[in-house]
Parts: sequence; C-alpha cells; structure tokens
Amino acid sequence: MTANVSSPPGAAFVSRLLPIVGQKLKNFVPTVIAIAIFLLIWQLLYSDPTASLPNPAKVFEETWDPLIIDPFFQGEGVDQGLFWQLFESLKRVAIGYTLAAVVGISLGVLIGVSVMMFRALDPIFQVLRTIPPLAWLPISLAALKEAQPAAIFVIFITAIWPIIINTGVGVQNIPQDYNNVAKVLQLSRLDYFFKVLLPATVPYIFTGLKIAIGLSWLAIVAAEMLTGGVGIGFFIWDSYNSGNLSEVILAVVYVGIVGLLLDRLITLIASMVVPEEQK
Amino acid sequence: MIMQTLESASSVSKPLETVEPFLVVDNLVKSYPTKGGGVYTVLDGVNLIVQEGEFVCLIGHSGCGKSTLLDMVSGFRTPTSGEVRLQSKPITKPGPDRMVVFQNYSLLPWMTAFENIYLGIQSVFTDKSKSEKEAIAHDHLALVGLTDAAHQKPKALSGGMKQRVCIARALALRPQVLILDEPFGALDPITREELQEELLKIWAEHRVTVLMITHDIDEALFLADRVVMMTNGPAAKIGEILDVPFLRPRTRTQVMEDPMYYELRNQAMDFLYHRYAHDVE
Repeated sequence: MTANVSSPPGAAFVSRLLPIVGQKLKNFVPTVIAIAIFLLIWQLLYSDPTASLPNPAKVFEETWDPLIIDPFFQGEGVDQGLFWQLFESLKRVAIGYTLAAVVGISLGVLIGVSVMMFRALDPIFQVLRTIPPLAWLPISLAALKEAQPAAIFVIFITAIWPIIINTGVGVQNIPQDYNNVAKVLQLSRLDYFFKVLLPATVPYIFTGLKIAIGLSWLAIVAAEMLTGGVGIGFFIWDSYNSGNLSEVILAVVYVGIVGLLLDRLITLIASMVVPEEQK
Repeated sequence: MIMQTLESASSVSKPLETVEPFLVVDNLVKSYPTKGGGVYTVLDGVNLIVQEGEFVCLIGHSGCGKSTLLDMVSGFRTPTSGEVRLQSKPITKPGPDRMVVFQNYSLLPWMTAFENIYLGIQSVFTDKSKSEKEAIAHDHLALVGLTDAAHQKPKALSGGMKQRVCIARALALRPQVLILDEPFGALDPITREELQEELLKIWAEHRVTVLMITHDIDEALFLADRVVMMTNGPAAKIGEILDVPFLRPRTRTQVMEDPMYYELRNQAMDFLYHRYAHDVE
C-alpha cells in the first residue's frame, strides 16, 4: 500500500472493502435465483386471470400505489400505510414481550434456585406452555374486557414459557464449582446474583428470548385478526374480507421480513450482552 | 508455635482444661443411604490432629474418600457422626478461614484475574477501604508472579497461571487453613514442579496450615511434613502416617539424594500398591 502513492486517498479502503461486499453478494446469489424460480413457477401456475390467487405480477401491480410506494400513508381509521400497521403491531409486541421477559426471567430464576419451587411450578408450566396462543384469547378478552390489553396478554402468555424454562435450566446448570466458590468466599445474595448467577445464565436467557420473539410475532398477527384495529394482523384479515388478495400477500411478505429482523435484533443484542467467554 | 506456648502457659492456672490442638478430626464418619435402603459408608472413623503451620498431604486411591474428608474440613459436607474442630470450634459450614483451591481452577470466566481475587476480598474484608482492598489483590497477584496478567481473563491464561490465580485468591483472604484438592493434577510435569516450589515458598512465608490431596508420592514427600495414607473405600480410614523429616527449606535435589527418601517412598509404595492395592479396574 505504501508503494501505491499515486492512488487517490480512500482507494485502498475501497479496494479492501470490495472483496467483502463481493463475497456477501456472492453468498446471496443462490437465494436470489431460488426466489426468481419460485416467482416464475407461481406466475406460470396462476397466469389465468380467473385463478384463485393473484400471480406475482398482479400482486405487484395492485399494491404498488399507494401501499408499496407510500408506507407512511395516513387515512381515516384503519386506513393506514403499512408502516403504521406494522408499527402498531410492533408496539403491542414490545409491551407484551418486555413483560414476558421481566416476569419470565424472574420466575425462571425462582424455579432454578429453589428445588421446591421447581417441583411445584414446573409441571404447571409444562401444561400451560402447550396451550396455543389463540386459545388464551377468549379468556383474555373476558377477563380484560378490551381488545387492546387482551392482545398484549396473548403476546405475554405466548412468549413467557420459553423464557421461564430456559432461564430455569440455565440457573440449574450453573457449574457446581462456581457455587462452591461463592460459598467459600461467602458472597452476599446480591453479589452472588449479579456476579455469578446472572453471567452464568445469560446465554440460556437469550436462547429463551430468541425463541420467544418468534412466538410473540406469530401470536400478534393471529390475535389482531380477532381483536381488530390498526395492526398488520387485522390488515390481513380486513383485506381478505374485502377480497383484496394482493394486499394479503404483500402484508404476509412484510410480516415475514419483520419477523426475521426481530430475530436478528435479539441475536445482535445477545452478541453484545453475553460475556465473550460464555459463547 | 509461639501462640501455642502462650496458650498452654495461660492454661496452667486451669489445669483441668487441656489445650486442644489447632485442627482436630474427631472420629469422623460419613455415610449415605443407598437406594436399596442400605447404608454406604465412605469414611468410617477418621481421627487426625494437625498442628498450626503444618503441611499435610493426603494420599490414597481414587474413591477412598480423601475429597469427602477435606469437604468436611472445608464445610461443604456435614459428617454423619464425629466432627472437625478448628481451634476448638466445630466446623459446620464453609468460611473464609478455610480456603479451598480446586483442581479445575474454578475461576469465574467472565472476570479478570484481578477481579476474581478482588471478589473474595470485597466480600470478606467489608470494613477495609476500596484502595486497601485493591492493594491486597495486587499484592497477592504479585506474590504468585502474575502482576502483568492482572487484566487477563482466565481463558487467556495457561493452566499453571490459572492455578496461581486460585492460590492467590485463597491466600488473599488470610485463611487459617489452605485446602488443596489435587491442585496440580491437571498440569504438565514442568509446570507442576515449578508450582510445587512456589507453594513451598509461599507456605514458608505465610505459615499457613496446608491440607493437600495428591496422587503423587514424590509430590507428597517433597512438600509435606506428614503424609497421611488412607485405606481403600468403602469405609476408609487412615491407614498409616509417614513423618517426612527432611530439613527445610527443601530443594528437590537434596530431598531426592537423601537415603531416607527411598525408604519413605518404598514404604508409601508398599502401602498403596501392595497392602492396599486397588483391586477395582
């Protein structure tokens, strides 16, 4: 690089960056081809205008204006741009998921440290966690009387189980050596919690949190279909009822992308929070 | 030693009260109930007296209950009957007066060498100032020659360095008894010899009482004042105690050249591989 004096500044940086970007793009090529083939088959199968589902070209054409080009569109009532629909759903997920994380980690630590609590609660958790999200909705609606908190409760109750169970397993799997060290050093409960238990359990907690974010996104879409209002779930249901299948398909694609981004977000946070030695 | 003469002098006025030795293992029995409703006895009546400042090695085949015995000195387990007394006080739970160095290091991996040592100091010496506590941690890192590695995490340290940190962590709390459970078992022979010599140096300076489990007869003879040999389990007892009379400070060559060395070594070998040969495996 020192020999290349005549090259403009930044050229070295770009020449180093290019292969990295190139490699990323190269990895992406098979995916792009797969999507293209999928779209092509779909296009061919549903090319007949009277087909039961719209083909990709039709979806694109029907949703281009205003849904795709103006996601920030604001109209009357539930007539909002897709950004706002997703934003409302994400807000509900954020509240329900945060509650689930706080309560779930606390309960997980409880069943992890106390054998008695584990014996008492674990069988109950094992039964409750198999209940599908939507089965909670009638109970939730009856108890909370309003759609908004009911939807949030469904998120909460769907997301909490993997958090509790993984945290509990993490606490139970703290190496005996660390507990022995804590005993000899006579660590206070607070010191033990923050300096031994939490760092040792954090990888397990994040495994739970990662499973939970996926589940809560699954649940919100389903819950909103029933509760109504602004939100991507009800948008899908509303579009279906008004016979606009192109809008349904576009919204479903957005739901998938947002779900992927949520998963990546938790992975990113985990990579920053989990101690290097614990990965 | 001076403390002891003082104590015995003061107890002259009360002639009925005998002064108890520093550490007493008194008719210790440890047994566990088995699934079939029976009883599995690990240790069956162990008696041992350890003087203050003594270096005692425990040797015996795997499964003879050496670790169980030391666990009852450190307080991790409670005896089925009998008791262990340190300065006349029965031991009931772990405490910083009896520090343990484990074979597998057991350093917290998310903390640096310094933080690992500091953790115990700040928990035990609550009345000291922060700078005093930090000074203790730094002094003990220096004691084991790891000042430069203070801010390394255990992952970046070699096995020998990790065990040095463990020894520093234990000594920083000024324990009365240092308990080592096969501390050098996982180290390569050269590092092991280095650490043995360092341990002797530290022991000579600190005059701490040491109880150490080992599988290595040569290690025991080089380090210990007495070598306690245990019979095979179940229901293990102390079989024989060897007095190791070599003068201190010891050097390895001096010890190995002493004709007594081979006599003691043969005695230990005879005990372990002839009279109490491990018939399992």
